[in-house]
Amino acid sequence: MSTVTTPVAADTDVPRARSAAKDPADRLFRVGARGAGAVVLVTMTLVGVFLGVRASQALAGAGGSFVTTPAWEPDSHRFGIAAVLPGTVLIGVTAIGFALPLALGTALYITEYAPRRLRRTLVSLVDLMAAVPSVVYGLWGFFFLQPHITGLSRWISTYFGWIPIFAVNGADPDDPLSPATVYTSSTFIAGVVVALMVTPIACSVMREAFAQAPPGEREGAFALGASQWGVIRTVVLPFGKGGIIGGTMLGLGRALGETIAVVMIISPVFVFQPHLLENGANSVSALIALRYGAASPFGMSALMAAGLSLFLMTLVVNFIASSVVARSRSGTGAEA
Amino acid sequence: MTLTTDQIRPDAAGTVTPDVVPDGPGAPAETRRTTSALHARDVFALVGAGAAALALTSVIFGRVLPFDGALGFTVVAHLAFMALYAVLISLDENGAVIRARLAQTLVHALAFLLLAALLFIVGYALWRGREALPHPNFFTEDMSGTGPLQPLTEGGMLHAIVGTLEQIGISLLVTVPLGLACAVFLNEVPGRYARFVRTIVEAMTALPSIVAGLFVYATAILALGLGKSGFAASLALSVMMLPIIIRASDVVIRLVPGSLREASYALGAGQWRTVWTVVLPTSRSGLTTAVILGTARGIGETSPVLLTSGAATGLNANPFDGPQTSLPLATFTLVASPEKAMIARGFGCAALLMALVLLLFLLARVIGGRGPGQLSRRQQKRRTAASLRDLERMGSQAYGPDPSGGRADGPGPEASAVPPPRAG
Repeated sequence: MSTVTTPVAADTDVPRARSAAKDPADRLFRVGARGAGAVVLVTMTLVGVFLGVRASQALAGAGGSFVTTPAWEPDSHRFGIAAVLPGTVLIGVTAIGFALPLALGTALYITEYAPRRLRRTLVSLVDLMAAVPSVVYGLWGFFFLQPHITGLSRWISTYFGWIPIFAVNGADPDDPLSPATVYTSSTFIAGVVVALMVTPIACSVMREAFAQAPPGEREGAFALGASQWGVIRTVVLPFGKGGIIGGTMLGLGRALGETIAVVMIISPVFVFQPHLLENGANSVSALIALRYGAASPFGMSALMAAGLSLFLMTLVVNFIASSVVARSRSGTGAEA
Repeated sequence: MTLTTDQIRPDAAGTVTPDVVPDGPGAPAETRRTTSALHARDVFALVGAGAAALALTSVIFGRVLPFDGALGFTVVAHLAFMALYAVLISLDENGAVIRARLAQTLVHALAFLLLAALLFIVGYALWRGREALPHPNFFTEDMSGTGPLQPLTEGGMLHAIVGTLEQIGISLLVTVPLGLACAVFLNEVPGRYARFVRTIVEAMTALPSIVAGLFVYATAILALGLGKSGFAASLALSVMMLPIIIRASDVVIRLVPGSLREASYALGAGQWRTVWTVVLPTSRSGLTTAVILGTARGIGETSPVLLTSGAATGLNANPFDGPQTSLPLATFTLVASPEKAMIARGFGCAALLMALVLLLFLLARVIGGRGPGQLSRRQQKRRTAASLRDLERMGSQAYGPDPSGGRADGPGPEASAVPPPRAG
C-alpha cells in the first residue's frame, strides 16, 4: 500500500496479484451452495437411473414385444405398452384440443381486454386453478360431468359417426331409449377433465409471452389505425407464437402424466381404443395406479418400464416446449 | 395520449387547433368531447343482439326442433349472438370493425367459460361437502369404528387431517431448505455445473407424479423395507415438490436487480453477507409465494401418496410407522364406495382440501405476488418514514443540534435516496 504515497518508476511497476482473500464464511457458503446443488442433482439423477435399472430387467425379458403387445400380463411375460401408450397420447391430445382455445382466449383476455385493475386478480385465479387438487377435478368429472356430457357424446357420434374416431360400436342412434353406458368412461370425458387441469399452465406461459410483445410495435399498429383485433393479429400473436407453441407443449406434457382424474373416470381396457367417445380407455399412469399393488417383483419391473416410457415421453415434450419458449424470449429482450 | 380540450392551454390553442374560438363573452360554449371508446349505439347493439339470441334460441329449442340440454342451448345461443351482433354492427361499421368485435366477443366468451368452469368446480366440491362438514364429529373422530352403513353423525376424518398436515410438514422440512439453497446456488454460483443442475431440475419438472410415487415405492418400501408410512409419502411428495419449488424460487431470485448486489459488494460485503442481507430479503415475498404455491400443489397430490402411504382408517399420529391416510387419498378411496354416506364423507374431505388450498392461496396473495423491490403502499410509507428518521439522526450528528433549519430542509427531496437500514 506504499505505492499510493511514494512515486514509483514505471519499469518497477509490476501487476498486483489480484487474489481476493476470501472470507471463510464466503467459502463455507459456496461449499454449502454447491452441496445443495449436488444433493438435488444426485436425487434427481437417482430417480432416472433407478427407473432405468429396474426397468431394464423387464425390458430384457420382453425385448421388442414391449412396444407391440397391448396386453398387460407380466407374470406370463405377455405385456407391452401398445395399448396404454397410444391411449395416453389420445387422452393428452383430446385434452390439448380443448385446452388450446381456452388457454389462448383467456391469455388474450387477460393481457389485451381485461380492465387493468382486474388483471392481478385474474392471474391469481388462473394460478389457483392450477393448484386445485386433481382429485377435486376427478370428483367433478365423475359425479357431475359424466352424467351430463353423455348427451353431447351421443349427438357427436350420431351426426359425425362417419369420421372413424367419433364412431361408437354398440350404439344405436335410432333408439332414443338406448342406455348411455356405452358413452361413459371414455377417452373424451377424461380428456375434457384433463383439459381443465392443464389449461392454467398453458395459459400462464402464453400470457407471459403476450405481455412481452413490444409496446413500440403495438402502439405503432394502433397509430396506423388498427383495431384491437388488428393489433392482436399482427403484433401480439406473431410475437407470442413461441409462447403459444411452448405453452401448448408444456400443457401436453402435464396431460400425459395426469393420473388420478383419469383413473377416476376411465374404465381400463387393454386393447387400443381409437374411438374417443366409446366406453373404455387407458393410460400409462392409470395402469401404474391400478396395478402396482398386486405386482410381483417382475411385474413391478414391468410397471417401472411403463413409467420410464411415460417419463421419456413427457421429458421430450417438455424439452421441446422449454426450448421453443426460450428461443422466443431471446429476441424480445432487445428493445426496452 | 389524447389531449382533452381542457388540457390545451389557451395560449397554445392557436397552434394546436387554429379554428378554436377564443374565450370571451359571447363566444359559443365549447362542448367537452368524450374520449371514451364506449358509445351508446355499441351498448344497444350488444344488448339487442344478446336479447335476440336468447329469444331465437329458446324458440328453436322450445318450438321448432327437438333439442334439449343446457350445453346445446348455450352453444346455439352464443352462435346466434355472434351472427346477430355481426349483422347489427354491419349497419354502421366496416368489415375490420366487425371482425374486431367478433374476435372480442369470442375472447371474452372463452375467458368467461374458463373462469366459470373454475368457480363451478371449486364450488361443486364445497357444495357437495355441505352434508358432511356441519357434523363436528367429522373433525374430531376417525373411521376406525365406523362402517360404511353408519350415518354421518358417526366417524370422521381426523386421521386424514392429521396425516395431511404431518406429511406436508415433513415434505416442507425437506424441500424448503434444500430448494431455496439450490435456487440460491443456481443464481449465485453460476457456471457450467449450475447450468447442468438447472437442466436436470427442469427435466425433473416433467416427472409425472405417479412415477415419483413409483420410485419411492420401489426404493424406500420394496428395497429398503421401510414399510408404507406417512414418511414414505412425504418422501414421494418431496421428490415431486422439489423441482417445482426450485424453479419458482430460481425465477424470483433471478429478478433481484444486479445493481443491489453490486452496491452491496461495493460497500465491502462478502458474498454470503450479500446473499443473506440483500438477495434473500429483497426476494422474500416472491420466495414465500413460491413455497406456498408449491405447498398447495403438494397438498392435493394423490397419486404419489396412493402408492406410498397405505390406507388407514384409524388415527396414526406417528408418520414413521404404519399406514397413514391423507385427505386426497381418503377422498379417492371414499368416493369409490357405493354407499351414500361414504361418498358424502369423500366430498367432505375434498371440500376440506379445497378450503386448505384456498387458504394457502389467500396467504400467498396477501404476502407476495409482487416482484422484488416492488413495495406495497404501506411498506413504502414505512420505508420513507425510516429514511426520514435516519436523515434526522444523521443530520443531528453531523451538524449538532443547531436548529437553523437551512441544512435540514436542503436534502429533503433526496430523503428517499438514503438507504434504509433494513428491508421491510
